[in-house]
Amino acid sequence: MSTRRSFIKISALGLGGVAAAGGLTRMAMGSSVMDTILKKVPGKEKPLHRTPTYCEVCFWQCAGWVYKDSEGNIRKIVGNDDDQHCNGRFCPRGTGGIGQYYDEDRLKTPLIRTTIDGKQTYREASWDEALDLIAGKMKDIATKHGPESMALFSHGSGGAHFGQLLKAFGSASIAAPSFAQCRGPREVGFLTTFGDIIYSPERIDIRDTRCLVLIGSHLGENMHNGQVQEMSDAIDRGATIITVDPRFSTAAGKSKYWLPIKPATDMALLLSWIHVLIENEWYDKEYVALHTIGFEQLKEHVKPFTPEWAFGITTIDPNVIVETAREMRNASPAVIVNPGRHVTWYGDDTQRLRAVAILTALLGSWGRRGGYYQPEKFHLPSFPVPAFPVPGRQPSQAYDGMYTLANEVVANGICDATIPTGLDQGKYKGWIVNGTNLLAALPNQAKTREAIEALDLLVVVDTMPIELTGYADVVLPECTYLERYDMIRNSNHRQPNLALRMPAVEPKYNSKPADWIAKELAEKLGLSAWFPWKDIEEMLDWQLKKAGTSLEEMKRIGVKNFPRETDDLYFTEGEAVAFNTSSGKIELYSSDMEAAGFSPLPVYTAHEEPPEGFYRLIYGRAPMHTFSRTANNPNLTDLMDENVLWVNPKVAKLWGLEPGQSVKLKNQDDVVSTFSIKVRVTERIRWDSVYMVHGFGHNNPKLTRAYGHGINDTELITRVHIDPAMGGTGMRGNFVTFIIDNNKAGKEAEA
Amino acid sequence: MREEIIVSGRMNHLIDPQLHIWNWQIPLYLFLGGLAAGILFFAALYSILHKEKEFPTAVKLAPFITPVLLALGLLALFIDLHHKLYFWRLYTTLRLQSPMSWGAWTLMIVTPLSLIWCALNIKILFPKWDWKYKWLYQLEAFFRKHQMPLAWMMLISSLILGVYTGILLSAFNARPLWNTSILGPLFLTSGLSTGAAAIVLMSKNAAERLTFARIDLMLIGIELFLIIHMFMGFLASTQVHIDAASLFLGGAYTVPFWLFVVTLGLAIPALLELLEIRKFHMPYFIAPVMVIIGGLIFRFIIVYAGQASRWLY
Amino acid sequence: MRYAMAVDTRKCVGCSDCVVACQTENNVPIGFCRDWVVEVTDGTYPNLEAEIRSERCNHCDNSPCVRCCPTGASHYAEGGVVLVTPEKCIGCGACIASCPYDARYPHPDGYVDKCTFCLENRVKKGLNPACVSVCPTKCMYFGDLDDPNSPVSKILKNRKYKTLIPEAGTNPQLYFLI
Ligand SMILES: Nc1nc2c(c(=O)[nH]1)N[C@H]1C(S)=C(S)[C@@H](COP(=O)(O)OP(=O)(O)OC[C@H]3O[C@@H](n4cnc5c(=O)[nH]c(N)nc54)[C@H](O)[C@@H]3O)O[C@H]1N2
Ligand SMILES: Nc1nc2c(c(=O)[nH]1)N[C@H]1C(S)=C(S)[C@@H](COP(=O)(O)OP(=O)(O)OC[C@H]3O[C@@H](n4cnc5c(=O)[nH]c(N)nc54)[C@H](O)[C@@H]3O)O[C@H]1N2
Ligand code: SF4
Ligand code: SF4
Ligand code: SF4
Ligand code: SF4
Ligand code: SF4
Ligand SMILES: [Mo]
Repeated sequence: MSTRRSFIKISALGLGGVAAAGGLTRMAMGSSVMDTILKKVPGKEKPLHRTPTYCEVCFWQCAGWVYKDSEGNIRKIVGNDDDQHCNGRFCPRGTGGIGQYYDEDRLKTPLIRTTIDGKQTYREASWDEALDLIAGKMKDIATKHGPESMALFSHGSGGAHFGQLLKAFGSASIAAPSFAQCRGPREVGFLTTFGDIIYSPERIDIRDTRCLVLIGSHLGENMHNGQVQEMSDAIDRGATIITVDPRFSTAAGKSKYWLPIKPATDMALLLSWIHVLIENEWYDKEYVALHTIGFEQLKEHVKPFTPEWAFGITTIDPNVIVETAREMRNASPAVIVNPGRHVTWYGDDTQRLRAVAILTALLGSWGRRGGYYQPEKFHLPSFPVPAFPVPGRQPSQAYDGMYTLANEVVANGICDATIPTGLDQGKYKGWIVNGTNLLAALPNQAKTREAIEALDLLVVVDTMPIELTGYADVVLPECTYLERYDMIRNSNHRQPNLALRMPAVEPKYNSKPADWIAKELAEKLGLSAWFPWKDIEEMLDWQLKKAGTSLEEMKRIGVKNFPRETDDLYFTEGEAVAFNTSSGKIELYSSDMEAAGFSPLPVYTAHEEPPEGFYRLIYGRAPMHTFSRTANNPNLTDLMDENVLWVNPKVAKLWGLEPGQSVKLKNQDDVVSTFSIKVRVTERIRWDSVYMVHGFGHNNPKLTRAYGHGINDTELITRVHIDPAMGGTGMRGNFVTFIIDNNKAGKEAEA
Repeated sequence: MREEIIVSGRMNHLIDPQLHIWNWQIPLYLFLGGLAAGILFFAALYSILHKEKEFPTAVKLAPFITPVLLALGLLALFIDLHHKLYFWRLYTTLRLQSPMSWGAWTLMIVTPLSLIWCALNIKILFPKWDWKYKWLYQLEAFFRKHQMPLAWMMLISSLILGVYTGILLSAFNARPLWNTSILGPLFLTSGLSTGAAAIVLMSKNAAERLTFARIDLMLIGIELFLIIHMFMGFLASTQVHIDAASLFLGGAYTVPFWLFVVTLGLAIPALLELLEIRKFHMPYFIAPVMVIIGGLIFRFIIVYAGQASRWLY
Repeated sequence: MRYAMAVDTRKCVGCSDCVVACQTENNVPIGFCRDWVVEVTDGTYPNLEAEIRSERCNHCDNSPCVRCCPTGASHYAEGGVVLVTPEKCIGCGACIASCPYDARYPHPDGYVDKCTFCLENRVKKGLNPACVSVCPTKCMYFGDLDDPNSPVSKILKNRKYKTLIPEAGTNPQLYFLI
């Protein structure tokens, strides 16, 4: 982000010099990064050659084409027209994914931690040596503590390969930050209500909706491709958009209603909406009668939650609450109360998402056009392997008795269980971490570090030198998605579909694909039986042939869509449906929640408010970045190379903050940010909160473009509100204040 | 509050965050061009008026520096070009709508004229000068015979050159500060003024010095009038022009402009010249040096500030 | 024939995909761009309005950049598209100073570069410009204004629009739907 126009008012001569210097460094960088490919004169070139891939810059996994020239340089990446995730159009991160490949700061070769002259450092190693070392230590751990004390953290495609390895080894502790740090509460909230989850891509029918309600879900900044595309179509069709957000998000700017809610009070709004729908009999009576149970209890429960009551909590005008409820009713059933995706906010998130699910049911939009459709996935057989050994302990036993409703492994649960306590020496002794920057993804870094210190083995598989690589015993450089095969993408969507990722070019440096690493390691561990294929091509071809296609065909088409097996994209009107809940009905009143000891109906709990002089730290996405994984990408840092701190003008005035001024932040636990951040004075945010984009403030100096750029929100998230139902880490109950020491903050950031 | 940001982080070198495509080279080029134009103008004028005797410096001596000034100016322009190897493209076409183009052609005419003028007067500097070749003597004779038309040509082309230094900028509609038709006359006047000042500096003849001090005084008067006129025009115009003027009326360029250009470069030298005329004697070189430096700073400020002024949308 | 582009400010989310796509498609060096995205917010919390515009050269009908170019490097090409011929450009910067939209920049190789509407490499092959074809919100429309059935003609017929700084008299051919 840059402000060009306001610069004029300041000293023009001085700034000219600064800008000139900036331009020169950029020029120098430009030539070093993509030297070879930039010199071409456009238009006078030989045709480019294309190979299929699916994108790994985020987890939407759009399928597309990688174009390279006759010298083998990757030139561009473009969406595949047949793909339902992207409809031929990549998002900026996918288009800029080319930078993941060209980034000269990439990990280049395996590294092993050693001690030289009493100082810990890394030395370069061969793959053989590195994998031997890992295999040896894993065997040690298995002998001493059982194979179940190895855990895998993984986010992204490599998870399948290392997951196979870990299961073969004898551990089921395979966790991703995409559950308890992300969409977990949503899946549990909907599972307990409808007996099914939302999936990714989300099963919401924005394409045909008449009313889209976004609660803290910032589509347009959250750049999940298909959703953004369909939201744009919805705007064209004149659908009503209602955005609930303490910040004037991009989506808020496109909305008929923006409800600038006081953060942490969404539950009150939701309960009040339910109240209004029921009191005015605006709910879908037939649908509720046919499909749901617990309506009477719900009605009784929400009686007190009048719009006036909610106004006192949320600061939202009662008339607006009624009016927006009417908009939803009018559009029903083609209305989506968006369940969001990153929903681990305040610790009662499963309950909040239950409220969203209940609203959805009242509006009759689950299973209806313009609401939630019924996705379908292709039945792709797996290459036959022997049964996996039964692990000595299930991950849920590691965080014993807690998070009973979690339907996936809780990453923070494993992290906590790794830390030795008085009675327990720690349930995990070794971690393999693939494609997740745990120090940025898990809140409360101190705990993560404590767990890491207790490990006998930490293997980090990544493409970049991130925070976590500095703690690893062995660092393994994976090649980027543009240089490798991975498992066939097989996703839930309106139509079953498969997509292929294949290498467009050979791996750069001494990097290797995850499938190769996992297979090699399996061999060294004597687990080859679970990797019986010659290479991944053979395995993929076997699978694809079973699907009636082949590797050869998929290389040509990239994506294959299959007809649905059932024609139930939506429910048949008036017909009973068997839901996968305990009662077989949509449970407005959840017996599963009740059985697990939680309130069967969502309740409002007041959350702590910022102390005097502090502001709630809220965070989100920028459309041109994915978390920390793109923070060093040359193409994407070109668009945005640091995060900024959104501050309301009133707050800025109170503190004497100028636009562009650098400040550090201190949170309620006296944790001070390592780096400083520039202030953006903007009306687009409430005065009780400050906002920044997550994924910046890297502290690994090897990241030449990302190091010290902006603040890492995670380091300020030290107070975590755990969702007792599923272990989600509520991260928005942290408060920060400004440390204004211009000179010092600025210098340290530069140093 | 209106907030306008470029979310895609635009940072085009020399354009963002503010235009500064033209550095020291262009103002220097404009200054040298204006100075040379001023000197050549007076040389031609007093030659046409047959006043070589009264004003020997103006007509014969001062023009000797003009080829150097022009060459340095062209060098500055050349240094400014980003695609230097294609420099010759300037002279493969004449594009009348482009001041840059006809300016280049004007220089193509003025420079040889100034050289010829010097050649005709070379014996003043080097009394023993010998052209060595016969055809050179013939050429000299030819030009001497046609000195009057030559002077007329020089008079006109130096005026064009002087105006051009202003029009080059004023043709840019995109930069409100430049986009005023006053800039042509203003730069011409300033060029003539610096030319007169240079003559004062070089002249050893008290009467000639006095005449040119008078001329300079008058030119300064015109300049001040044009400047005031320019600001009044801006302030009576659109918001972007008001914004442009405010760069000098409270904005970033207020101090340099009013102190260095107006006070030290115009008002004080005018006062000194007035005193000189009124026979209060003081070192004669102070006023012209101030005028010349003021003229140089003036070009710099206008070029830089103009790049800071823009349309808002 | 008159090529033109329209950008729907109501759909554009400011993602800047158009910028990256242009860079990769047209070999625009890193650190430079031919298009950019402006976000304007008006009002006071909580009464706010926003407009997002993907901007680039307006391919003006009456373009000062062509007028002021001393060599003819800047010229009108097919369909009124304003182009620069690198081999004729001396890099004097006059066109850069003359563009009210700051749409041009000096390419590190010395010549001046700007949006070409992807005329040679895409449009003449029947493709949309790279930015138009990548835009996830499909908020950009391109085509021939003389053809009433082109996407840009159709959308301009049905929607309100504006151009940038019309008072500069350049007659821009980049339209913003409002
Ligand atoms: N404070 C805070 N914490 C959060 C969030 C937040 O908004 N704020 N968001 C939460 C959410 S929603 C999620 S989903 C998680 C995401 O958490 P993560 O998935 O951990 O997110 P990234 O920061 O993108 O880390 C991904 C890592 O993968 C590496 N990587 C990229 N490509 C590859 C590859 O091809 N192979 C391998 N081996 N590695 C690769 C990157 O270099 C990077 O180190 O974070 C959660 N944590
Ligand atoms: N460009 C880009 N897109 C992405 C990602 C990315 O990294 N980059 N990551 C993807 C992933 S894995 C995920 S999980 C999603 C996350 O995307 P979302 O689910 O949309 O994200 P959240 O972080 O929950 O929402 C952030 C918004 O919540 C608002 N907010 C903060 N506090 C509150 C509150 O108390 N109440 C309400 N109503 N709103 C609040 C913030 O102002 C901000 O606008 O994005 C996905 N899309
Ligand atoms: S949404 Fe963007 S980053 Fe994510 S997979 Fe698709 S193209 Fe890649
Ligand atoms: S790609 Fe489309 S939506 Fe994104 S900024 Fe450009 S015009 Fe706007
Ligand atoms: S926008 Fe600028 S560069 Fe483009 S045609 Fe108009 S004046 Fe020329
Ligand atoms: S920089 Fe090139 S294109 Fe621009 S005016 Fe000069 S010669 Fe013409
Ligand atoms: S039309 Fe082509 S050159 Fe112009 S901005 Fe779009 S992609 Fe770039
Ligand atoms: Mo996520």
